[in-house]
Formats: sequence, C-alpha cells, structure tokens
Amino acid sequence: MAEVKDLFEENETDDTMKDQYLTFTIDEEEYGIKIAYVKEIINMCAITKVPEMPNYVEGIINLRGELIGVLDVRKRFGKPFKEHDTDTCIIVVVYNEYILGFVVDAVQETTIIPEAQIAPPPSAKLNFSNQFIRNIGKVGDDVTLLLDIEKFLLQE
Amino acid sequence: MTDFDRESMLEMFIFEMSQLVDQLESTIVQSESEYNMDQINEIFRIMHTIKGSSAMMMFDNIAGVSHSIEDLFYYLREEQPQNVDFKTLSDHVLSGADFVKGELSKIQGGQKADGDGTDLAKTIEIFLKQIKGIAPVDDTPTESPTTVSGEPTPEMPVSVEPINQAQATGGLTRYKAKIHFDEGCEMENIRAYTLVHNLQDIAADITHIPEDVIDEETIPLIRKDGFILEFTSAKDYDFLYDHLASTVYLRELKLEREGAIATEPTESTANAPVVEDIAAPVQETPIVATPAAVGNSAQGQPLTAQEAAAQEIQKSKSSAQSSMISVNVNKLDTLLNLMGELVISEAMVTQNSELEGLQLDSFHKETRHLQGIISNLQQTVMSMRMVPLSATFFRMHRIVRDMCRQLDKDVQLDIVGEETEVDKTIIEHIGDPIMHIIRNSIDHGVESPSERRNVGKPTKARVLLEAKNAGGDVLIIIKDDGRGINTEKVFKKAKENGLVNRPDNEYTEKEIQQFIFLPGFSTNDQVTAFSGRGVGMDVVNSNLEIVNGTALVDSVPGEGTTFTLKIPLTLSIIDGMSVLVANSQYTIPIAHIIKSFKAQPESLFMDPNGNEMITERGEIFNIVRLHEYFNIEGAKTDICDGTLIMLEDGDQVVCLLVDDLIGQRQAVVKPMPKYFRKVHGLSGCTLLGNGDISLIIDVAGFFDK
Repeated sequence: MAEVKDLFEENETDDTMKDQYLTFTIDEEEYGIKIAYVKEIINMCAITKVPEMPNYVEGIINLRGELIGVLDVRKRFGKPFKEHDTDTCIIVVVYNEYILGFVVDAVQETTIIPEAQIAPPPSAKLNFSNQFIRNIGKVGDDVTLLLDIEKFLLQE
Repeated sequence: MTDFDRESMLEMFIFEMSQLVDQLESTIVQSESEYNMDQINEIFRIMHTIKGSSAMMMFDNIAGVSHSIEDLFYYLREEQPQNVDFKTLSDHVLSGADFVKGELSKIQGGQKADGDGTDLAKTIEIFLKQIKGIAPVDDTPTESPTTVSGEPTPEMPVSVEPINQAQATGGLTRYKAKIHFDEGCEMENIRAYTLVHNLQDIAADITHIPEDVIDEETIPLIRKDGFILEFTSAKDYDFLYDHLASTVYLRELKLEREGAIATEPTESTANAPVVEDIAAPVQETPIVATPAAVGNSAQGQPLTAQEAAAQEIQKSKSSAQSSMISVNVNKLDTLLNLMGELVISEAMVTQNSELEGLQLDSFHKETRHLQGIISNLQQTVMSMRMVPLSATFFRMHRIVRDMCRQLDKDVQLDIVGEETEVDKTIIEHIGDPIMHIIRNSIDHGVESPSERRNVGKPTKARVLLEAKNAGGDVLIIIKDDGRGINTEKVFKKAKENGLVNRPDNEYTEKEIQQFIFLPGFSTNDQVTAFSGRGVGMDVVNSNLEIVNGTALVDSVPGEGTTFTLKIPLTLSIIDGMSVLVANSQYTIPIAHIIKSFKAQPESLFMDPNGNEMITERGEIFNIVRLHEYFNIEGAKTDICDGTLIMLEDGDQVVCLLVDDLIGQRQAVVKPMPKYFRKVHGLSGCTLLGNGDISLIIDVAGFFDK
C-alpha cells in the first residue's frame, strides 16, 4: 500500500494541478488521467508501425522532430477495434523517462475530483481493463475510472 | 551566482585534472623501468599543475600529495641521481595518481574530498630522503650515497663554494632555532613543515617541537610557543641564519649554536653513522641547485643543454596547447542535433512536393551549392566529435601493469592504430569492454611464465590491442598468445546453464566460443580479484549494444584468443539507402550494401526446409524477405517483381528482398523511443524530408537471428 501512496504524492508539488484530471472516453466509459502527466493533446496522425511489438503498440510518430511511441488504449484494454474518426486523438503523456502517445476515442474535459470523492475499485477483478484502474472518482452522478499509469505502461 | 561560478570552475577543474592524471599514468607506465629527462620534466609539470589547481580550488589534500610528488621530481630533475629505484618510484607516483582520482570522483559525486593524503605524502617524502641519501636506505645503505655524491658533479656547474667545501670537512655543529610566524599568516603548521623540508637539504638529524606538524591541531601551539627546531649542519651560523630568515611570513628568528660536534659523529642518532658521514658532502649540491633553479638566469648560470632542451619542449608544448580549446560535450550535442535538423529541413525544401514539375534550373543549381555547403558543415561537425582512441588505449597499460604485478605474469601490451578516431559518445562506451577483455586475457588466457616456458613459448606474453577502420566501422582487436579458450569446458558449462538447445554435434567451435558473452557465464571455478563472476563479458555485450557494436571471439587452443569488437564510426548521421516495402520506407546503411539487382526466375531455388536461395555469379545466397521478417502487409511477394539487395556483415552475406529502391540519402539517426524494447534487425529511426519516419535496418541483426 505504501507504494501506491508514494505514487499519489508524486508530481503534486504544484498545487494548481492537484486533483485535476483529464477525462477521455473509450466506448461509453469515462476514464481519467492525472493532468500532471499530460503534456498535450494532438490530432490523430500517420503512425509508423514498428515490427515485433505487442499488439497495443501502434508505432511511432514524429512530434515536431521528436519521436514518440504510441499505444492504443482500446487495444490495451482488450476492447474490439473501432474505426478512427474525427474525435479520435492522441494524448501525449510524460511518465518518468517515457514520453508516449495514448490513442483514445475522444477527449472530454479537465475536471477536479477531490480526494474525498475517490473510492477504491471493487475488489473483484472481473473485467480485464480493471487491472489498469487504480481508483474510481465520482463527480455528481458521473463515474470516472482513474488510470493507473504505471501498470498501464509496464505490466506485461 | 558565486555558486554557479564555482560549479563551472569545478567542472573545468575535474575535467583538467582527469586529463592530467591520465597523462600522468600513461607517462609513468611507458617509462616504468627507466625515466628519461623528458618524462621527469613531464611528470614534474603535471604534478605542478595539479598542485596549483587543487590548491586554488582549496582541495588541500590533493595539493599536499601532489606537492610531495612534485618535490620528488624536482629533485630528480635537478640532481639526476642515479640510485633511484624506478619501480618504487612508479608505485609511489601511481598511488598518488590513484589518490587524486579517488578524490576527484568524490568531488564529481558531490561529496567532500575528505581523503587523507598525509600518509602518502609522508611515504613519498621518506622516499625522497632515501634518494637523497639522508634517511637510511633499507637494503644497501653504504652503496647508494656514494653513487649520489659521485654522480651530480659532472652534471652540475662547478660552482661549489670553497667555503662550504672547507666547512663540510671541518665539522658538524648542532643548532637550535626558535621561529615565530607573522600573526594571521595562517597554516602555520604547513609553513613549519616547509621550513623543515627546506632545511633537509643542508642539515641532518632534524628534530622539532611540535613533532607532527602535518596535524592541524599543532597550529595553536606554533602560534603560542613558536616552532622550535634542532638540527645538525656543516654550514656556518650566518649561512643558516640567512637561510632561515628567508622564510616567508617570518616574524622572529632565534638561532643558537648548541655546540660543535666532533668530526667523527659518534652520538647515537637514528641515522647510521656511515650514512651521515657521507651525507654531509652530498648535501652541498642542493645548496647550489636550489638558488640556481629559483633564479636561473638571474644568477647568470649557464643552462645545461638538457635543461635548455626541456625548456624548448615546454615552450612548443604550451604553444600547441593554446590552439586547442575544450568545449562542453553538451554544446557539441546541441550542434549535432541542429545539424540533423538542418539536413532534414534542407531535404524538405529542396524536395518540396510543390516544386514538382516546375522548370527551375537556377533554383536547382543553387540548391546543389547549398547541399555542398551543408555536407561540408556536417563533416566538420562530425569531425569535431571524433576523438582518437589513444587515451582509452593507453589507460590499458596501467591495467596490464597492475595485473601482472598481482598475478605474477609477464605481459607486454602492444598498441597499434591508437590514432583511429571514433565518436565521443562511442568512446565512453568502449573503455569498459576493452578493459574487461584485457583482464580476461591476462587472467584466463595468459599462462604463468613457468608454464609458458614448459610449452616452449617465450616467457613474456604479448597482448595486442589494435584499432583499424573498416568501411563505416571501427574494428578493435584484442589478441593474446595465451592458452586459448577451452571449448569443452565452455560447452559443458553452457549445458549446465541450459543454454544448449540443439544437438551437441550441430555446434561449431566458433558458436561455442560465443557462449562466453552471455551474462553470468564464467568457467572460472574460483572468483579472483579480476574475474570469475561472469560479469565482464556481459558488460562487453551490453555496452556494445548501446553503441550498436558487436563482439566476436576466435580462439585457437594453445595459440591464443582474438576478440574483435566492431563498432560504428559514428552514431549520429549515416549514409543510408532508402528502400520501399509496401508503403513504408526503410533505411539501410550504405556501408553494408554490396549491390542491388533484379532476380531472374531461373536462379531461384528452395531447400527442403523452405529456405529460399539464389545463385548469383556462381555463388549461393540466402534470401530474406523484409516484409516477412517484419510482418508488413501489402508488399510485393514475387521475388522477381521486387529488388534484391546484397548485404554483408563481416564475412556473412545475405540477399534482402524489398519492393523498390528510392535512393541514397543522409540519415540522421535517432534512437527508438525509450518505451520500446530492442527490436532485432532495427537500429533506430530517422526522419524523412516530408516528416515521415523511416526505420533504420540493423544488418548485423539479420545474421544473429
């Protein structure tokens, strides 16, 4: 548990970013990612495939001269393929030494979810995508699944 | 602000120091058995610089040690004594170098340089005394001083004052001196120490209160009670008084004659009577030498030819140095990155799609001019980053020397082609691999001298360290004439570790030998100080992987082992051939391409396992389909439709099937994003003129799989 707590403390030195999340959708579900990790949001662009990579690794893109690996969140969650459309975009995330793009169905908004309104996920891990969810935030009637970036990136 | 200043000064300091220490080591190791005048001068200069810089940066411990070595070499330079044990001398200087290195790495790591160098400084001090013949020399106390007294005379200008001569034979007198330093002059203990030190040239049997002046705690004592000295000297009172009075920051000096000592020194001093007796006349030479060195020209003494030559060398060296500047590598990296951007944007402009189909004669002429300038610029930028391997290579002398001493082996390291240049970033990664291989060669490969004699080899083993250019690569060859790799033992070990996954008889000697590069692989049953943990060869591989290099081993039992490291000349910009597969572009380093050609249907055939092959000019080659290898959809599948590119890596050749050739271009190599694990057959990526990404093919990867 201590480790999880540490992760929470990280990147929260800047008070303005505390409790802020960027929300995006995959199908009907809403997910949240800590705003401190988000560098920028870009439109879908041509992705160069790289051989021998796990299926959820889309390839690399050229972001103003910098080469960035791109992951497909949908595939990582094991959800069925959906055609990219005008809403599809890439969230560029900085986590430790990694800079990566996350392909999502659509980006919603930035929202504040106070710590008090964050609950642990149900203990039963029935859904595959559950394992990348650290907590569940509630704002009014809306429920946002908060992404565990470390597991999302590094778990085999 | 001041912090920042110190920071950048510190960086400069560390950089300079490590360069000097490296230089020092290589000088010493080169001249271990015998020092010539140039080398003594060189070491003296280096130590002098180290002392000066470290004192300026207030690293007193470094300054202390370097000061004592400087003194030692000052004496060697001025006196050229013949009784010096150069082996011990080298040991002392090398341990001094080690001390400085240790402190430097502390400073670099942000720690305090708190190492205590006083013991070392003292040891060196004692050694100097031994050479001078003041302290008893352990083994042959009678012999050495005679040689000293005999030798310097022809070298030195014959200006020994007759009074001294007379006095020296006249008799020794015991003196007592009490010295007070100026208030607030600081470092009283060091001053006292210097005083004693200066006195050593003209006096013997020195005792002083407080005794341990190196200890800073004596400072208050010296301030309060003064520094009390007792010594025996052959000089007259006035000379000694003047000598002591010349001390800087001297406030008060009392010199008393304690009483004359008979010509035959009989009192029970620590020194052996024999030594002391002869020591007296010996001590004269420094008296002449000291002022001569301080104000050479002022005293109007003619320089000896050697001294003049040394000064000449010093002059020419300093003028050579002034045409060099050291630049922070980060700036060069930035420059290189900008260069890369420039190459890309040049392509974006000159190959802009909006220009297609237009009649632009003058434009194309100008762009060719521009391209010429840019490629010149690029070469210059690249050459700025190129560093000769000599520093890395010469460092190995030290390792070989240390190991030989500890393992009782006799090895000569021959270095060839050290002037070969490679990129700075690469140099950083190949020092360790070379070191590990050399360690292995000496520890495992080279036999002990007696064993060598038994098998009829010369007792002195040879290790060859060679660098040479080969196409776009640099080859580093490390060859020993030891016992070679025991393939049976290696294979047995490989089996134990579960590394063998084919029938035994399918492994060739060469394949078995490559096992030694795997992590944790060691056939040594015992872990020694140098090897046996199975780490070394793994370090070789992992370091080489970073720079896209490869390592090969070739061993003949009883005759020796040859390691060949193949590293690219540069990591940053390569000459590449762009090829098309389906709708993606790939870049192949030109250095690996032999030729490209269209296949004729009749030259193609297939073995029973389904491996495709082609005969070309009477030779048979394997075919690798790039689209199959990388699982690319939509590529041409008929070999005759596409283009075959013949690739070589070392002595291996393969034909690669691609859809089409696009053309030659300069590719700025960018590493794959960090998140991606290493892909077999890819070494990085590069940006195309239109901003698209092209993957760079690692030709060696095709042969590994």
